[in-house]
Amino acid sequence: MTTPEPLVEVIDLRKSYGAVRAVDGVSMTVDRGEIHGVLGPNGAGKTTTVESIAGLRTPDSGTVRVAGTDPAADRARTTRLVGVQLQEARLQPKIRVGEALTLWSALYPDPVPWRELAARLRLDGLLDRRFDDLSGGQRQRLSIALALVGRPELVVLDELTTGLDPQARRETWSLVRETRDRGTTVLLVTHSMEEAQQLCDRVTVIAGGRDCATGTPAELVGGADAATVTSFVPSGPLSLDEVAALPGVATVRAEGDRVVVGGSEDLALELVGWLEGRGVVPRRLRVAEGSLDDAYLTLVSDPAATTEEATR
Amino acid sequence: MSSGPTTALLRTEARLFVREPGAWFWILVFPTALLCVLGLVPSFREPSPDLGGARVLDLYVPVCVLFAVLVAGVQTMPTVLATYRERGIVRRLRTTPLSPASLLLAQAVVHAALVVVSVVLVLTVGWLGYGSPLPAQPLGYLLALLLAVAAMTGVGALVTAFSRTTKIAAAVGSVVLFPMMFTSGVWLPVAAMPEGLQRVVLLSPLGAAARALTDATAGDVPALVDLAVMAGWALVLGAAAVRWFRWE
Repeated sequence: MTTPEPLVEVIDLRKSYGAVRAVDGVSMTVDRGEIHGVLGPNGAGKTTTVESIAGLRTPDSGTVRVAGTDPAADRARTTRLVGVQLQEARLQPKIRVGEALTLWSALYPDPVPWRELAARLRLDGLLDRRFDDLSGGQRQRLSIALALVGRPELVVLDELTTGLDPQARRETWSLVRETRDRGTTVLLVTHSMEEAQQLCDRVTVIAGGRDCATGTPAELVGGADAATVTSFVPSGPLSLDEVAALPGVATVRAEGDRVVVGGSEDLALELVGWLEGRGVVPRRLRVAEGSLDDAYLTLVSDPAATTEEATR
Repeated sequence: MSSGPTTALLRTEARLFVREPGAWFWILVFPTALLCVLGLVPSFREPSPDLGGARVLDLYVPVCVLFAVLVAGVQTMPTVLATYRERGIVRRLRTTPLSPASLLLAQAVVHAALVVVSVVLVLTVGWLGYGSPLPAQPLGYLLALLLAVAAMTGVGALVTAFSRTTKIAAAVGSVVLFPMMFTSGVWLPVAAMPEGLQRVVLLSPLGAAARALTDATAGDVPALVDLAVMAGWALVLGAAAVRWFRWE
């Protein structure tokens, strides 16, 4: 089976602002029909990467293609291919929801009928509300609607749920899934592990201006050698360095009096055996499935060491 | 690009502007109100021998007209544009097929339209209320007015370019506003200024505009030097704004 051509292709993207290297060699692909997460700490180069995909930035070097189009060179086509919800972008203070939707539909050649879109995003009761009177969740729903009104092939959502309460977050997530299910590819920038794990089909982790891993959330968890997390309170003194040197151990850290060890599937049994041999009892022992959180921490703590991709 | 998106933006911006009475009051209402208040002073309505038989009130008609131009260009428009930049509206529009210059265009058109209405209002009230003459040289008057608008738009764009935030834009606008009000003749009409001062003021865009409008009202073609001063300012300020103005 041949894999279809990806919708977005980024090869060795680099971009500096003055002396600051914001992006220093990012490569990634986004397949059609997926929710693709871009995950990374603040200042890692996520936003610059997606802004280059949206045509808002011109890369210093490297290649960016969206459905074969170079966003920096063909603005007209890119603006029709890519719908964008920008981080912290607001609208005119007194514009009404209905007016914003009307205006945005007039900007595109073949817009989605905006009343239908408003109903889908549960904005139909808010059409006369002014932008500055909307709640955070309502603003984000409007923002998604505006990003979708031009029938884009790709929609970029940057820090979509930052600052939303848990319920508004979950509602927004289900709208993002619905968007994908209707055939629009989603590129989601986030620094929330939970969001990436809940929502994304695939994730690219960016740290220090480079991509350090790509895969499904499950692959990332497995691939980072932190498939399980074992934690316990040792009954006596214990050298963390010795624990770290054990085969199968990926991460060791102390959390209060508790020792937290991330590692391979069968690590817990080996660890208990090893502790027994040293006369240390692992009290309040807990073994949990590794989360994307742990995998992410291993990935971003040493980006240079983990450049292999978890997929293919 | 088709005219559809630009028209839609223009319509939206016009509608939003109507919701900002604080902004359009100074452009639309204040100049006419100022003229009415000045008209209450009896001596202003009498021909003055010091002014070669002209009435002070008649000299203030172009001043009120220029006040509308000044506030629109230097105070209101920079504040709106700085707000849009600060809120990321401009960046957001850049991701749509609309060119960001359309936003500047829409704002300029909305403000210019309001200025034109205000000018018509000032002239009508001056004519009907106090018998001030209407421009006897309408084309010259319109040309001088357009050049004044262009120069003030340049000042406003430059103010926006050098102000990082909306608050700074409003503050810088006010600082620029007062000397420009002086040169337009709010405190002392240009024609009544002492000769040395007048010579300097006529090199400023609004000083030149005041004399050109006064000339056109009297039926003379505005002096080429006044038109050239305004056009020169418009070009220099416009070029500087293009050089330094940033959308983000």
